[in-house]
Amino acid sequence: MSKHHVTTTINGEPMEYLCEAQQTMLDVLRDELGLTGSKEGCSSGDCGACTIIVDGNITCSCLMLGVEAEGRKIETIEGIAQGDRLHPVQQKFLEHAALQCGFCTPGFIVAAKALLDTTLNPTEEEARYWLAGNLCRCTGYDKIIRAVLDAAAVMRAEAGR
Amino acid sequence: MPRVNFAAPATVDEAVAVLAGSSGLAKVLSGGTDLLVQLRSGRTRPELIVDTKRIPGLIGIREEADKFVIGAATPGVMLSANHALDHAWPGIIEGVDLIGSQQIQGRASLAGNLCNASPAADSVPAVIAARTTCVVAGPGGSRRTVPAEQICTGPGRTSLGKGEFLIEFHIPKPRPHQCDAYLRFIPRTEMDIAVVGCGVNVTLDAGGTCTDARVVLGAVAPTAVIVDEAAQALIGHKLDADTLARLDAAAQRATKPITDKRGTIEYRTKVAGVLARRVAAIAFERAAAR
Ligand SMILES: Cc1cc2nc3c(=O)[nH]c(=O)nc-3n(C[C@H](O)[C@H](O)[C@H](O)COP(=O)(O)OP(=O)(O)OC[C@H]3O[C@@H](n4cnc5c(N)ncnc54)[C@H](O)[C@@H]3O)c2cc1C
Repeated sequence: MSKHHVTTTINGEPMEYLCEAQQTMLDVLRDELGLTGSKEGCSSGDCGACTIIVDGNITCSCLMLGVEAEGRKIETIEGIAQGDRLHPVQQKFLEHAALQCGFCTPGFIVAAKALLDTTLNPTEEEARYWLAGNLCRCTGYDKIIRAVLDAAAVMRAEAGR
Repeated sequence: MPRVNFAAPATVDEAVAVLAGSSGLAKVLSGGTDLLVQLRSGRTRPELIVDTKRIPGLIGIREEADKFVIGAATPGVMLSANHALDHAWPGIIEGVDLIGSQQIQGRASLAGNLCNASPAADSVPAVIAARTTCVVAGPGGSRRTVPAEQICTGPGRTSLGKGEFLIEFHIPKPRPHQCDAYLRFIPRTEMDIAVVGCGVNVTLDAGGTCTDARVVLGAVAPTAVIVDEAAQALIGHKLDADTLARLDAAAQRATKPITDKRGTIEYRTKVAGVLARRVAAIAFERAAAR
């Protein structure tokens, strides 16, 4: 069983790698590319710690094969900040202390960023449903939701709305 | 995960050829939200995985005069975002929207939901209730059209032969005063498997009397079940107390549930009747409003 050669784009950078068919995208990110920000929690699509954005849609990278990335545009937690400038969602997670152990945080931030890519005006209910696929066992969800809604307010202000 | 071969063919016939030519178990990959979980747990051990998403048409929604043509691997997010489809069949979209989280929605397809053959699959009751047909591609260039209810034969089992896979769903467009609804009952509000699911599709006349109906229950038998007796309880009637009582009784009689951690046989049976009534009320209201 030969390795597959995959050409893709990760966080805006063209990327090539070799992987075996049974390797998940999460395996490839962490083990082949050294992008260890995406976490392996449940490996069954329930916890969302491995959330990435594929062609604009959030996906559990544990439920995607590495070979499927061919020709796709992938965004991971490593690409959310612009250099030293944190994304508003990241900044607000800090300000609201929306994390304790931090294991679920990359998944939450990627998922929340994708929500705010599609709408800057989510209601609390919309934000809660959107993030229902991300589990946190430390903080409870309240601070997380406040951080996301606050980030949306910042982004609305930046966008002049 | 165990080693496996992988192909991502560019045409339907190429896909059929690799599926049919595989010496061991070959599995079609759409969104992978069932398949990858099963690969990891060892529940399925394919020798080959065939990703169909590179085949033109397998992802996408096309409107024709009398039907929607939906690529088998089209993910939930695309189905929900299609206003014409959502307007035509809100019940189908209600079922689709219930499948997992936003992450799962980004990948989960109608074909995967149907062909995984879980009796609790949320999109299936309303898809069957709308008299959807599936186009099945097979060896020798064959294309057969199969009613959606004939795809699953039991938990985890389908009627598809070696080399066959679904390429399209054909969902008829609604007639005047025709609409649908789907509800599932779960012990929490998100991310769970149906205790009972129910899809109802009704056509009314101008006066609100039902002229045609399909009632489909999920999670109460080895496959989704079309409850003819429940449809008969609706046809020729308005949704009055008598009709609802007969619908409830017919739905309860049609169940062959199991007891598991989500509910006992008695509980599932009772909930089937309650849910059928609730879903019928929504479907009637929607149909009357158009
Ligand atoms: C966290 C989580 C929550 C979930 N919640 C729900 C839920 O609430 N309700 C629900 O119904 N489901 C749920 N599911 C199950 C799953 O997401 C759905 O069944 C989904 O629709 C499967 O679609 P897929 O495209 O990902 O299928 P895949 O995993 O790609 O395929 C599933 C099966 O169908 C076969 N198959 C796929 N495409 C074809 C085709 N074109 N022709 C023939 N066979 C094919 C595959 O070989 C495989 O056996 C959940 C899954 C996860 C991980």
